[in-house]
Amino acid sequence: MAVRNLLQAIHDALEEEMRADETVLILGEDVGRAGGVFRVTEGLQEEFGPDRALDTPLAESLIVGSAIGLSVNGMRPVAEIQFADFIPPAFDQIVSEAARFYYRSNGAWNVPITIRAPYGVVPGGALYHSQSVEAYFCNTPGLKVVAPTFPKEAKGLLKSAIRDPNPVLFFEHKRCYRLLKEDVPEEDYTVPIGEAKIHREGEDITVVAYGLVLHTALEVAKKLSEEHGIEAEVVEPLTLYPLDRETILASARKTGKFLAISEANITGSVTAEMAALVAREAFEWLDAPVMRLGAPDIPAAAFARPMMDAFVPDAARIESAMLELARY
Amino acid sequence: MAKPVTMPQLGESVTEGTIARWLKSEGEMIEKDEPLCEVDTDKVSSELPSPIAGRIEKLLVSEGETVEVGTEIALVAVEGESEGPSREDMRSEGPTEEFPAAGTVAQPAAAQRVRRPGASGGNGRGGVPDAGELRLRRSSPVVRRIAAEHGIDISEIRGTGIGGRVTRKDIEAYVREREAARGPAPTPEPARARVEVQEGDRVVELDSVRRAIANRMSLSKREAPHAWTMVEADVTGLVALRERIKEDFARREGVRLTYLPFIVRAAVESLKEHPILNSVWDEERIVLRRRINVGIAVDLEDALIVPVIRDADDYGIVGLARRIDDLVRRARERRLSPEDVSGGTFTVNNPGALGSVVSTPIINHPQAAILSAEAIVKRPVVVGDAIAIRSIMNLEVSFDHRILDGGAALRFLNAVKRRLEGYTPQSRVF
Repeated sequence: MAVRNLLQAIHDALEEEMRADETVLILGEDVGRAGGVFRVTEGLQEEFGPDRALDTPLAESLIVGSAIGLSVNGMRPVAEIQFADFIPPAFDQIVSEAARFYYRSNGAWNVPITIRAPYGVVPGGALYHSQSVEAYFCNTPGLKVVAPTFPKEAKGLLKSAIRDPNPVLFFEHKRCYRLLKEDVPEEDYTVPIGEAKIHREGEDITVVAYGLVLHTALEVAKKLSEEHGIEAEVVEPLTLYPLDRETILASARKTGKFLAISEANITGSVTAEMAALVAREAFEWLDAPVMRLGAPDIPAAAFARPMMDAFVPDAARIESAMLELARY
Repeated sequence: MAKPVTMPQLGESVTEGTIARWLKSEGEMIEKDEPLCEVDTDKVSSELPSPIAGRIEKLLVSEGETVEVGTEIALVAVEGESEGPSREDMRSEGPTEEFPAAGTVAQPAAAQRVRRPGASGGNGRGGVPDAGELRLRRSSPVVRRIAAEHGIDISEIRGTGIGGRVTRKDIEAYVREREAARGPAPTPEPARARVEVQEGDRVVELDSVRRAIANRMSLSKREAPHAWTMVEADVTGLVALRERIKEDFARREGVRLTYLPFIVRAAVESLKEHPILNSVWDEERIVLRRRINVGIAVDLEDALIVPVIRDADDYGIVGLARRIDDLVRRARERRLSPEDVSGGTFTVNNPGALGSVVSTPIINHPQAAILSAEAIVKRPVVVGDAIAIRSIMNLEVSFDHRILDGGAALRFLNAVKRRLEGYTPQSRVF
């Protein structure tokens, strides 16, 4: 085992997959010589050369479009969108082309591409380097959307994404990159797409969260257990589309109290889908209204630190929501 | 001014009624004589027409609750004296207490203005409960489900949730305490899991008649230890008699002649000989009934109802035929009154009409026994040393073994058999 943070775990997955399969290549802005703006791809061009760690022009539609072209010609490209905020130019390539190739060719053409997209609020990120855009893609059959938070799952999920025969969007929370280190297996392993993980078992309330707010929720859960004896069950979806409905529902039915948290603008976010699911399928078990926390419906975070902090559900708000739910 | 609606007397000897279903909810308008609720008494469910017009201010009795005749069941605010603002008022006033404009708090002055003089108490919205009230009274889906499963009234429990709401933990603790207080159950019933509804399945919600039948049958099977016995009757003579006279009978009396009046008549006379079958179990004693009120089971395709022939011993075959015809017809038209289905002391079941040759009927609790008359079937039987073709009918009784034993049951059955076998083609029918 090696102690790794999220960023290093993603780097390791890329490196191992490129070593194991020579059709795997990475492309994106500054992923080659510079080693990526966050240093995720550092050293890969030195090892695999400029044809497999490819610097591209600043044009997201080109990055994803080229990846699609390479994939239908036998390659397994990993395309990096430097910040998820800049995915809209590639949106058409993703939802109109990559998502449909397999279906419209009646299974003749796979599109085994992975699109990595760092997302989430970071200090100084402001309007164009802070957004959580995952929900855009969670309404498009043909795509899979994953968003791991911890290094161990990130490494295994990225390998699954690269090996998946069709497009997978891989969302990495920027602020989680260096937040936590944990033991990550060095041997080859995958984490299946479509399975949620229960990080903490509890009887009183269910909290589903991913990204930075998952870390916060876990801290608050520990605090509530120590201070109030409230035991929260904390679930990480890992895959946002398609959701692991069974795990989410089983937890909601067990506790009867459900809270979903994300950092995305709240209206139409992935948590809305979870809330609808629980309201419909776990109704007879519910002992409180289904609750959600998210960012207000304003365009991304402000530059000013206090306003940025007000954008993301923080520990105080998460604690108050969890307490309200537990006491309802 | 709110006027009360009371539980009416729905039949001569009826002293209470169960609200099966409210057909109106609080806040709704109701016309005079418009159905307000369904009331169950015995096995009959009838709609209760509203005696007054107005807005339902409060439903005082919950569904499933049984109250005595005369109990106030609802309050109706008489039209023109409404307490709350009408919809038009709300609209013209703009933001109101209930729906403050975004970013503002409720303005008491505005709320005051829309209230009519005469407003008193409540929430000022004419009995429309707010979320807080509903939270206390109705609680969450899981609490309601547990309450229903264990037959608990939520208001019995002190809640620890917001504003005293009863939480799942509260009701689970209550159930545990209640069960602990009752002591160890002799046979702990396994918690009944809900049936998993699979795709394509059709779910039929229980109506009050089905629910009543289910409850009564379960009660009877639980309370009375059933035993069952059967004899064969050779009714060749009765068959010939009926064949001979039935057309004449229909013309003369205006009703069809079936076998049922003969069976009821034989049962009634035999009950006089064996009164133990016309009795009721009363824990430390057995009460033998003087009156013989015979219930007859009538199949309604989707339900079963048992109208009662009161003082069945007053009638001969003709009288019984008329009474039976009248009750069956009204049962099929769903026009029976609660009186028609109450007060039975013994029941005659007639599955033979549907082709049954053997059945094990459930006693109509708290009666002592039920007689089943099966289909008349031509069979080769031994008569003396010869084999003859005879019309044979099986007669059975299910009886409460606490009250009587197989011997008494068979003596009664044989008495019925003897009477039915006694008819000849020449018998006279009165």
